[in-house]
Amino acid sequence: MKVRKLLIVIAVAVSLVFLAGQVMAAPTTINWWHAMKGARGKVVDNMIKAFNDSQPDYVVVGTYKGNYDETINAGVAAYRAKKQPHILQCFEVGTQTMMLSGAIYPVYKLMKDEGYNIDWKGYLQPVLSYYMNANGDLMSMPFNSSTPVMYYNVDLFKKAGIPMLDKTKPVTWDELGEITAKLVKSGVPGGMVTGWQSWTQVENYSAIHNIAFASKANGYEGLDCELLINNPTVVKHIAMLKDWFDDKRFLYGGQKFQGPKAEFIAQNAGVYIDSISGIAKLKKAVKDFKWDVAPMPVESWMKKPQNSIIGGASLWVFEGHDKKDYKGVAAFMKHLGRQDMQIYWHKETGYFPITLAAYEQLMKDGYYKEQPYQEVGIKELTRRIPTKISRGLRLGYFIQIRNIINEELELVWNDTKTPQEAMDNAVKRSNKQLREFEKIYK
Amino acid sequence: MVEKTPILDIFTYVFLITGIIIVGFPVIYAIIAATLPIEDVCRVPMPLIPGDQFWVNIKAAWEKGNLGTNLLNSFIMASGITIGKISVSLLGAFSIVYFDYRFRTLAFVSVFCTLMLPVEVRILPTYEMAANVLGPFQKLWTVLNLDGVATWIAGHEIAVTLEWCILDSYTGLILPLVASATCTFLFRQFFLTIPEELCEAAKMDGASAMTFFRKILLPLSKTNIAALVVIEFVYGWNQYLWPLLITTNPKMTTAVIGLQHLIPAADDLPYWNEALAGALIVMLPPILVVLFMQRWFVKGLVDPDK
Amino acid sequence: MGNASPVYGGKRCFANSETMIKRSVFSSRTLPYLLILPQIVVTLTFFYWPAVQGLIQSVMRSDPFGQHSTFIWFSNFVTLFTDPLYLKSIGITLFFSMSVATVSISTGLFIATMANRALKAKAVVRTLLIWPYAVAPAISGILWLFLLHPSYGVVALAIKRWFGVDWNPVLRGSDAMFMIIMASAWKQISYNFVFFIAGLQAIPKSLIEAAAIDGASPFRRFWTITVPLLSPTLFFVTVMNIIYSFFETFGVVHMMTQGGPGGATNILVYKVYQDGFIGLNMGGSAAQSIVLMTLIIGVTLFQFKYVEKKVQYAG
Repeated sequence: MKVRKLLIVIAVAVSLVFLAGQVMAAPTTINWWHAMKGARGKVVDNMIKAFNDSQPDYVVVGTYKGNYDETINAGVAAYRAKKQPHILQCFEVGTQTMMLSGAIYPVYKLMKDEGYNIDWKGYLQPVLSYYMNANGDLMSMPFNSSTPVMYYNVDLFKKAGIPMLDKTKPVTWDELGEITAKLVKSGVPGGMVTGWQSWTQVENYSAIHNIAFASKANGYEGLDCELLINNPTVVKHIAMLKDWFDDKRFLYGGQKFQGPKAEFIAQNAGVYIDSISGIAKLKKAVKDFKWDVAPMPVESWMKKPQNSIIGGASLWVFEGHDKKDYKGVAAFMKHLGRQDMQIYWHKETGYFPITLAAYEQLMKDGYYKEQPYQEVGIKELTRRIPTKISRGLRLGYFIQIRNIINEELELVWNDTKTPQEAMDNAVKRSNKQLREFEKIYK
Repeated sequence: MVEKTPILDIFTYVFLITGIIIVGFPVIYAIIAATLPIEDVCRVPMPLIPGDQFWVNIKAAWEKGNLGTNLLNSFIMASGITIGKISVSLLGAFSIVYFDYRFRTLAFVSVFCTLMLPVEVRILPTYEMAANVLGPFQKLWTVLNLDGVATWIAGHEIAVTLEWCILDSYTGLILPLVASATCTFLFRQFFLTIPEELCEAAKMDGASAMTFFRKILLPLSKTNIAALVVIEFVYGWNQYLWPLLITTNPKMTTAVIGLQHLIPAADDLPYWNEALAGALIVMLPPILVVLFMQRWFVKGLVDPDK
Repeated sequence: MGNASPVYGGKRCFANSETMIKRSVFSSRTLPYLLILPQIVVTLTFFYWPAVQGLIQSVMRSDPFGQHSTFIWFSNFVTLFTDPLYLKSIGITLFFSMSVATVSISTGLFIATMANRALKAKAVVRTLLIWPYAVAPAISGILWLFLLHPSYGVVALAIKRWFGVDWNPVLRGSDAMFMIIMASAWKQISYNFVFFIAGLQAIPKSLIEAAAIDGASPFRRFWTITVPLLSPTLFFVTVMNIIYSFFETFGVVHMMTQGGPGGATNILVYKVYQDGFIGLNMGGSAAQSIVLMTLIIGVTLFQFKYVEKKVQYAG
């Protein structure tokens, strides 16, 4: 009798616990590791909050995991330890590694599986194409995308008697040579500076002039690709920059830690080539002169310059989570692509809105009338349909390769190597990396 | 002094003062930068006259770097490492010095080999370890196919998962860094200098090993412990790569990482004023520990036999 | 980084360890094992297991996510030692650590000698000099970067303006090297200072006085008496400084140069990080880790051996 009573009590208790579990089912947590700090981090937090407030089932937790390198590393380490987040922000040079990793759930598939029918045509194609596989399927969701543009110091230009630049039609490199010469003559310590030299002066230079950066359509069509940046056009461009460097028309500001930007802000250089996403920040930092934005320069022989290519990062979804989690991930991806989110993101950070609809809405609202700077990058990026060569780069160990290019360029600037030697060596060293990478996936 | 050398004496003081100023200059300059508004910090060269934005910048740094929580975490982590390391190695050294057993030399050598192995060199496998401390057992279990054995014995399907994850926890921040031979080595060296008569006498009085440890060894080791407290606290506080890797929860981040958020990155606005204000806050606690415990620190560091 | 390097004790810490084994011991069957257990457990879990994992990794070619792995014998090591950049990195590391040791030891010794003369102010001087010890290498890097950055560093501007030197660490390897040497040595001066001042105080006054009576000038006395008597401390401090500059300067390099320009400041420990963490080349960086581990263990054992030998002579 007693035993039975006890059993009943236990049964009731168990079922109570069970019911409670049913009723108070906690929302599923979706982890997102990103590399956005400071003002951008805040914008990310707000976008997350908007999602979390909009529905009860999922809670997205965004975590800053350091800069891009550290974030991808954290992702790798976590995956190996089977503790991967659902979403990982990974910079564009890591695309190949992520794509081949076998650790990801391709975004196009995720969205299809979860029943979202997304018209990818409504997205900015030069952005999407960077993250598509050979079949044109989108592997990761573009998140923050930018492209290089040319900032210039209006006051210094006036002082040197240089007319202002057009916002759509690029100047030629020859013209920029004259401009920087005038700047130097008028007493500016250096003509131009550039951030991320490999990205702006080699990768984008090649894309804009429709020159292959690597064989096999820049690596899109096979791991057995080789670098081609020791071609005469690129070498000539580097040689030209070296000449400029020697007569101070080009000032080298280093790779990291504010170098180039600080030179521009300090008015040590009148022209500054860097990502379009720098606009918001320059606005805040520059108080004592006026500046403006123009598209990247183009060689005079290039009558129809191609689109520039993007930099930035995309969001990768890791495999290995519960089915119900992915429902939330997909919903969140959808949320990030929403028009209002894209407009907010663009306005606050300067990164591109990735949907055409958001872009058109912004145009309709007259945003670009108020903020003419912002549109320069979008126009430069979308001025032509991307070719196989200008759609992007798909290289293994690209992080090392970019590092190699930066190193070799530095050796040109400091007179250790001629441009041809440096580019030959960069190709040689990079090809070695590419072969190593290829072996892994054989 | 041995002889009167007034000129040399003047030189001495001049050099000393110059030396102190040069050593202190980076921090003095950082303090000035921390008092300036952003426009002034961006100006080249930065003005050397302090501004009035000190508290503004400190406040900004405090908020942006989330330093309130982070300083507390750093404190817990540094203290945990300090206490953990010292207690583990006190016991270890006691065992190695005052007992005679078969594996004593082996134990000592195997610990000793890890004396200076920096965490960065082995960080990825250590991370995997922290993700599941029981990982090796799990592997062993799988290799021996113990699931199969258990299934066979029990007569129905059994799958055993051994898991203990210490990521994102104070345990994870502390435990892997407690593994260190430095303290063990120092205590061993120190115990060897303690006169044997003490031990003999204690034994004569019928004291047990642990009583001897508590009543005699510990009090004698006070200076050494104090020196190690300083050293390990500083070491724990200044950790960078490990906490960065294993914490995903912002509430678990440490101050040096919080500071990392403030350092202007390549495509950031150069908020050096706030970054340096933050740097000042973050470096203050270990500096204070060193300064206040200076006497013991130096004593324990240089001559542990006193 | 690393373990708190300083605790190794000064020279006297070794000189007193006359015997390896205590004659007077407690006897217990289980207690010693219980006492050493925590130490062994943490060491096994967080040192040996990861080290074994690293060793396995170093003979594999694998992708970062651990999905594709092939066993390739010692291919990673062969690649490593035939890579001119790795050999260059070894050279850079040697130069860097020698320089850091020289700068910080000579400055530390110099200041300590001065402070030893200024008897009254000794405590004050020590307080004013000891604190950089507590500054994280990364923060030291930040502070010095802010001083030496060619665009806005005040010291950089002074160098440019007053000495007419075209200071440019972002482009010239030698300048960048100078920059990381300064930032690394700075932190270490206080550490060396502490040891030297203690060493100096231990030198018997009578010796100095005798030499003074013989008419030896203060400088001569320094070279003929102080330096030789200080040599054990000097030796110890040198080893500690070299180990510091080999491994703990990671934060400095990471903050200031990231190994650049053109790889000019890519010291070994940074290269491991750059290839393994930034570049995600797992096998290659694991091989580098193994090389470094062997090196450290070698140095540790060497010093231990040396120390034990010294002890025998002393005994």
